[in-house]
Amino acid sequence: MTLQTFLLLACALLAIGLYGALSQQSIVMIMMGLELMVNAVIVAGAAFWYYVSPARPDGQVVVLVAVTLMAVEMAMGFAVQTAIFRSSEVDMTDMATELKD
Amino acid sequence: MNAVSQGPTWTVLLVPVLLGVLALCGAAFARVLDARADGRGISGGVLAAPLAESGRLLLQQRRAVVASDRLLARTGVVLVPVAAVLAALVVPLGDRTASDLSIGIVWFNAMEVVTWAALWMAGWGSNSVWGLLGGYRFVVQGLSYELPHMFALITVATGAGSLRVSDAVAAQESLWFVVWMPVAFVAFLLSALALSFSGPFDTATGRDIVGGVLAEYSGVDRLLLVAGRWLMLSAAAAMSVPLFLGGSGGPLLPGWLWTLVKAVAVLGLLVWVRSRTATLRMDRFAEFGWLVLIPLTLLQALVVAVVVVGMTGGM
Amino acid sequence: MAQAVVFWVCAIGAVAAGLAVFRVDSMARATFALLASFVLAAVPLLLLGLSYLGILVILMMIMEMVVMAVFMIMYMMNPAGLMPMSMVHNKKGSLAISTGTFVVLAVGVLLVDWPQRQGVPPPDVTFALGEALMGSHMLVMLVIGLGLFATIVSAVVLSHPRGRYDRFGDDLRRRPPDDPIPGSVDARSLTRIFGVGR
Repeated sequence: MTLQTFLLLACALLAIGLYGALSQQSIVMIMMGLELMVNAVIVAGAAFWYYVSPARPDGQVVVLVAVTLMAVEMAMGFAVQTAIFRSSEVDMTDMATELKD
Repeated sequence: MNAVSQGPTWTVLLVPVLLGVLALCGAAFARVLDARADGRGISGGVLAAPLAESGRLLLQQRRAVVASDRLLARTGVVLVPVAAVLAALVVPLGDRTASDLSIGIVWFNAMEVVTWAALWMAGWGSNSVWGLLGGYRFVVQGLSYELPHMFALITVATGAGSLRVSDAVAAQESLWFVVWMPVAFVAFLLSALALSFSGPFDTATGRDIVGGVLAEYSGVDRLLLVAGRWLMLSAAAAMSVPLFLGGSGGPLLPGWLWTLVKAVAVLGLLVWVRSRTATLRMDRFAEFGWLVLIPLTLLQALVVAVVVVGMTGGM
Repeated sequence: MAQAVVFWVCAIGAVAAGLAVFRVDSMARATFALLASFVLAAVPLLLLGLSYLGILVILMMIMEMVVMAVFMIMYMMNPAGLMPMSMVHNKKGSLAISTGTFVVLAVGVLLVDWPQRQGVPPPDVTFALGEALMGSHMLVMLVIGLGLFATIVSAVVLSHPRGRYDRFGDDLRRRPPDDPIPGSVDARSLTRIFGVGR
């Protein structure tokens, strides 16, 4: 276990999340991709804390902020999804095109 | 009272055994209460009924609905008892504990939340509308009891100044937490019934939906679910001892016996409440939880925080 | 040695479960594959000694994923995946972009000369985190708190179709309120005690 292996794990999670967020059509599936990307931030933050400056708490604070971000992202995502579904009965990004010319 | 210390590794194996015995006692007591309510005599058969039922379920053939999600169903069914045993790992018996984690209180909370996922998976995986309804009902109930439960745990951690269970026990040497955190204690007991989906909070396995999560399970699967519910109730009852009732503190008797006596007493109280109350609809409990329990537990946490700050002299 | 084995098993498991999220047909399985990925990725945190944050991630993710499963079943056309269907767009492009991102980042990870480790972890890392949040990093805590509060309010505003005029009538005097699912708490007494609903 070194800093590099932890960061590689984070990179892999981030890439998978990015693939999901870009390729999925359903809003809920896109959110799953975003969650995976935030999870990569958690792993990377913890690794930087332990392997670079364990004496300072900054790395831990980053992890906590990322965890909060996940909760906010999910709550807002579901709220927006519910609002879209209620107004136009769609659950896919390709159909939510009110702002399109 | 001696300080709680980490026991040898083999004590981990003792946890499921003791928890199982406690759960069997609880189940037998429930049978006794049922027999009395029905006007039947209390015989050896009534006392041995949980064991006999377990044996019957072990021999019974398992069945499954067509196109059920076996993977999720099996995972959920197994997770219920496993989560209960894992949650009980941090409960000290006397002055020894199987694992004295530095974040024992959070550990207990996390393991107990596993039941959410487990019951939903079991309900969904059985591919039956009753199972799915039961799973949904438990999630609604979870959203209602979880926050008061967490605030009760936070109150204890604030009073102890630590997330370690042994520190919570040590902090109660002069005064048990139940004395100055009664609201948190009651909220904890309510959530103990709710998180083991029993008593007034058994809508997830309600009769109106022909057994809910349990509807399609038979044989070993059903045994694991029912046993898991009793193990969870016992684990929560045992956990209330170090959190609120002074752990192993008490006169004359040795510490481990005091822990057991208190755990059995709390479990007996919970089983009694379970047998004597009618089922509470989850939407009613949701409003009660959010409008009454959460403000009350928050106030309790505030009072404890003010007392702690006052006693330690500001900072 | 044992730690390294646990790390690699969990790391590979987390990546595999993450891949499974976008491969399986059943939405319930996808949600719980994501949960498995989160739990397995939290184990390395525990290995680093971050016991509080690791358990917190597990605790939160279980609750989040169960709620997510409910929304999945609610909104997806084909939640059980009994009739597999493709719900993707621009698969090739996404695959290329994400693979490219991984390669660039991985090369960076391996080539960058990372700084040397300075200092050792404090004896109680959880305590250090709490002290930082209540002291030097108070601003972070304030922003988190405000952010969560704003999220609660805006999520309810966005998703809830009924306002107080629907519940309490045009003059806000209707008691008990007209709710599709009546609760247990008597609104009149609550109004008297807490002033709720005025």
